[in-house]
Parts: sequence; structure tokens; C-alpha cells
Amino acid sequence: MITFIIKGLLRDRHRSLFPVIMVTIGVFITVFFQAFMGGILTDMVDSTARFSTGHVKIMSRAYMENEDQLPNDLALTGVDAIMQDLKQKYPDITWVKRIKYGGLLDIPDENGETRSQGAVAGFGVDLHNPKSTEISTLNIANSIVSGRMPDKPGEILISDEMARDLKIALGDKATLISSTMFGSMAIYNFKVVGTIKFGIPMMDRGAMIADISDIQEALNMEDAAGEILGYLPGGVYDDKVCAKIADNFNAGYTDNESGFAPVMSKLQEISGLSDYLALANNMASTIAMIFVIIMSIVLWNAGLLGGLRRYGEVGVRLAIGEHKGHVYSSLLVESVAIGLVGSVIGTGIGLMMAYWMQTKGWDFSNTMKNVNMMIPLVFRARITSVTYYIGFFPGLISTLLGTALAGVGIYKRQTASLFKELET
Amino acid sequence: MKNGQLITITDMVKDYPIGKGYFRALEDINLTIGEGEFAGLVGPSGSGKTTLLNIIGSLDVPSKGDANVLGHSIGQLNARQSAQLRNHHLGFIFQTYNLLPVYNVFENVELPLLLLKMEKNKRYELVNQALDWVGLQDKRKSRPAQLSGGECQRVSIARAMVKQPKIVLADEPTANLDAENSHNILQTMETLNRDLKTTFIFATHDEKVIQYLHRKISLFDGKVAKDEQVKK
Ligand SMILES: Nc1ncnc2c1ncn2[C@@H]1O[C@H](COP(=O)(O)OP(=O)(O)OP(=O)(O)O)[C@@H](O)[C@H]1O
Ligand SMILES: [Mg+2]
Repeated sequence: MITFIIKGLLRDRHRSLFPVIMVTIGVFITVFFQAFMGGILTDMVDSTARFSTGHVKIMSRAYMENEDQLPNDLALTGVDAIMQDLKQKYPDITWVKRIKYGGLLDIPDENGETRSQGAVAGFGVDLHNPKSTEISTLNIANSIVSGRMPDKPGEILISDEMARDLKIALGDKATLISSTMFGSMAIYNFKVVGTIKFGIPMMDRGAMIADISDIQEALNMEDAAGEILGYLPGGVYDDKVCAKIADNFNAGYTDNESGFAPVMSKLQEISGLSDYLALANNMASTIAMIFVIIMSIVLWNAGLLGGLRRYGEVGVRLAIGEHKGHVYSSLLVESVAIGLVGSVIGTGIGLMMAYWMQTKGWDFSNTMKNVNMMIPLVFRARITSVTYYIGFFPGLISTLLGTALAGVGIYKRQTASLFKELET
Repeated sequence: MKNGQLITITDMVKDYPIGKGYFRALEDINLTIGEGEFAGLVGPSGSGKTTLLNIIGSLDVPSKGDANVLGHSIGQLNARQSAQLRNHHLGFIFQTYNLLPVYNVFENVELPLLLLKMEKNKRYELVNQALDWVGLQDKRKSRPAQLSGGECQRVSIARAMVKQPKIVLADEPTANLDAENSHNILQTMETLNRDLKTTFIFATHDEKVIQYLHRKISLFDGKVAKDEQVKK
């Protein structure tokens, strides 16, 4: 009987081709969308973690409250002791200190007069220490456009864009004008040894990367830093682990009410991202749900139309003594076959497209110059294990559900009127 | 089976509900039909031919009285049991053939056997035999759309006959056929009736059919007006 059903299915395009195409399209969209959105969100979370928040982040309470003003006068002090302590307690986690600072970069001419000047948003990170993870975390080496890594005190990298705007050449002297930790004016001379482009608009606007010891000296921040970041081993964020570490850390400072007390927060708490992460987690199942509902309705209607076309067939089958349950289940068998084929093809195409988007990426650099998010300019899909089945089950379930609903009509059929119906 | 008859109908009434009341389509029917009969329900339009055929075919149930078909009281069967009865013992021939368009001749005839879960060799044997009876071996691979009306009706005879049922019910089987094809299929059915002792019951007002009948049951206004054997 199954072969009989499949034969009919293959020969009747209205019965097979249309629903298979529907399922294929739906499954394809789900699969591709999951990989695409997942890829973007993961990249976004990832670059946010790398450049801004770490997996956990320690700031002084007061600094945290005004973080976007980079208030280095409220920076953490006694940083080395805190770091020492953290490294001992959590040796698996990579702990780094950073100073973010704003200021003006002044490029003097040969007479020492200002030739050009621009605003910078700088990073002081550990560049000189050969064991530093920052070069890879911030992807510095790969982002250098010209010149080289700073390896001596006083050497810096600046944004390639800014270097062009301010007509800065490699080897030029550049003076940072900012304010010290104690509020007085800071003036410090650097030498530009390379230019850099991260491909993230928020980072590329006026970036200046210097070794943290230079910045500590420039801003009078001895044994102080704006923030300490922690990265879990493997580079993958785990909310539970981070929550535990943060609770533990913060418990040690509960009786310290001062604005200078260190506070640890986890990636998900830091502004805006919690929503994105929750979205990333829920999105897959949401798409699948919407897909099941829409596809079920579409296929239900397709099934109703098909049922109209096959009204006579069902009538004859009932008349020659097939009982209703059998007719109904044979329709379900058909739908499973359709669901399987459509889901396999749709998943296949979706994976292919996602793979293409994963390796090639989609370059948005022209349209997204002014975005204030930690979002890379090349969108890449990301195929995860979920990608393989996210479309599959919805494809199958929706065809089954659609047919199950459409087929209910069979049970309403009165055998008493079969002869009359079949006469016309 | 009652008194050696395949079909025994006793004091049967069929009412169709209409609005608050009902319409009496059959009244006071008493009838027996035995093995090997070639009988027809004849009468004007609206006289109740299809209604009676429906009940004999266990597609509908009597309102009062009893219709006993092959030992089963039609009114007492549930949906599954009446499907079983049709599946095993009854064949149906429709005015409009009602072949399944996506299946070829062979497969259309095979369908009732598939429903009986018959094994393949037996199925093929019976289908081939049925195609021989109606003379359609050369069209076994054709789809219904590629056949003439007469050929389609022969396929539906083969489909009704393939499981060698006790009773074949045919409602206006010639209504869509020309004279030549009508005679053709009637001769085929007459031969099958003679050779296999299958009981045929027609509902018709077609003179071409009536002249082949061995028994003519005339209905008028839902009652049996006349019931006569025809000498051949
Ligand atoms: N489902 C129904 N509901 C109400 N009345 C019905 C129903 N089916 C049939 N009737 C009525 O019962 C009567 C007998 O109908 P039936 O179909 O048996 O006639 P028939 O002899 O087969 O006629 P025809 O030669 O036109 O096919 C008719 O008057 C018809 O209107
Ligand atoms: Mg009729």
C-alpha cells in the first residue's frame, strides 16, 4: 500500500511538487536565517566581549556609573594586588587590565607647531609583555594596515583612517593631550609606528593603541586601571560560570560602600547585550515555531484544495470499502514523505547558503559607517549543530499538522451520499 | 443468510429528514434476492432506486424494518463493519466510472486487493484475470485519461469484479455510454454473471439495460410496484 501511495504521489505534481517546494522554501529560510542571525549575534557578542566587556569586567562603582565618559579619575587602584588575587583564585581565567582614555592627538611640524589635530579614543593594553593575550584578543596583529607592532616604550598604533585624515606618516611624533588621574592636564609624546583597522566602525574612529605602562605614566595612573577584564578559557561565554564568579567576587566587597570599591559584572548584565544574548538564545526556537504555524496553515489550505481535487478519489475508496481511518492515515503517510523530502532539500540548500555566507561573508562597510555597536562590518553566518535540525522537524511537523487538519473532512463524509456524489 | 438468499429485505422504510419533518423515499419494501441473479431496480426518476441500492450496498441504513445482506443486518453495522462488508463482498460500478486518474488500468483494478492486504502474486493473478474478463490486457499500462468511456467503464467492472464479490451493485452504468458500448459492457457483465454466479443488481431506467435483465423490480413512489422474472 505504501508503494501505491508513493507512486500516486510521484505522478501527481499537485500532490507532491507544490507542497515539497513550500516545505523546501520554509525549511531553507529557517535554516539560513538561524545560521545568519546566529552568526551576526555571535560575532557581535564576541567583539563586544573582546573590545569592551570581557566575559566579566571589574570597575570601580563610580567609574561604572559614568563609564561612557571614561572617568579615569575614578579608576581602580591597587590593580596589581587585585589581579594577583584573581589569578590565584581563578587560574583558568585570563585576567587583563585596560585603560580607556579620550583626548586630542596633536601632530607637530618640524618647528613644534601644531600641524594637525584629532580626537582619539584610546586603549592602553598590555602590548609589550610577550605572554600578553591582548594582541590576539583584540586581533591587533591581523588588523595592522601599515607599519608594525609597538615593542618599545612610547610607540603607538593609530587608526588608519585617522592617519590619512591627519596626514600622519609612520615614525611621526604624536602628542597626546588628555587629563591625568588627578585632573590636571596630561601631555605625553608618542611615536606612531603603525596604523590599524579593526573593521568595526566604533573601534576604527580615532583609535589609538598604546602599551598600558605608557598610558599609566602619561596619565599618572600608577598601579591603576580603568577596568580589569576576565575571559573564560576557550573564549566562549558561559553565563552561569560568570554569574558565580561575579557573586563570589562582589561578596568580598559588600561592606565597602565607597565609590572606589571594585564591582564585577558579567557580559550579559552590561548594557544592551543581555537583550541580544537572550534574543540569540530564543530566536532559533521562535523562528521554528513561527515556521510551524505558518507552514501548517499554508499546507492545511493546500491540503484542503488537494482534498477538493481528490474528493472523487476519497469517495471511491470509501465506497469500495476502505475505512475512513485508513484513508486518513494514507494521507498522513503522503505528508510524511513530502515533509521528509522538503526538509532534506531545504536543509541542504540552507546549509549550502549558510556555508557560503560563513566563508565569504557579506560586506556592509559602505552602508554602516556610523553604527555605534560593536558589530563587525562583514556579516558572517555561523553553522552550529542547531542549524542541521532547526528546519527539519518543523518541516515534518508542519506538513503532518497541515494534512491532519485538512484531512479531518474525510470523517465528515457521509457514505450515504457517495453514489449521488459520484454520479456527477 | 436468510432462507438461502443473499439479500432479504423485510418491511423496510427509508425516511430522509427534511426540515422539521421527513421525506419517505422507500416504503414497505419486502424483497429477497438470491445468488446469481441479474436483477434491476427500474422506475422513474425519484422512485427510490438509488436509495435502495445504497442500503443494499451498506452505504446507508434503513429507517425501519430490516435489510439483511449476506447475513449482516445493515442497520446494525458500525462504520468499520460496513466498510469491511463492502471491501470483502460487494463491488460497485458508478455511472461516471470514478477511476483514480494518477493510476494506470492495472493499478486501478489492483486497489481493492491492496485494501484486502492480499499478497503480490495472488494480486497479480487476480488482476490479470479481471483484465482478461473485460478484454483490457492491452491497455493495462494506460491512464484513465487515455481511455474511451466504454473502456473506462470496463475498467470499473474489472475493479468491481477483481475480488470476485458475491454482489455487484451498478447505478446507471450505461448513462454515459453510447448504444454500442452499453451493449458491450452489458454482455460482459452477463457473461460474468453466468460464469461466476455473481449477483448483479442495477438501478436504471435505460431500456438497453432493461432488456438484459433476468428480473425486473419496478419501483414507483418508493414502493415495489411490480417484481417479474423475465424469460430468456
Ligand atoms: N439525501 C436525501 N435527502 C432528502 N431526500 C432525498 C435524499 N436522497 C434522495 N432523496 C429523495 O428520495 C427520492 C428517491 O431518490 P433516489 O435518488 O433514490 O431516486 P432514483 O430513483 O435513484 O432517481 P434517479 O433515476 O433520478 O436517479 C427522491 O424524491 C429524492 O428527492
Ligand atoms: Mg438514482
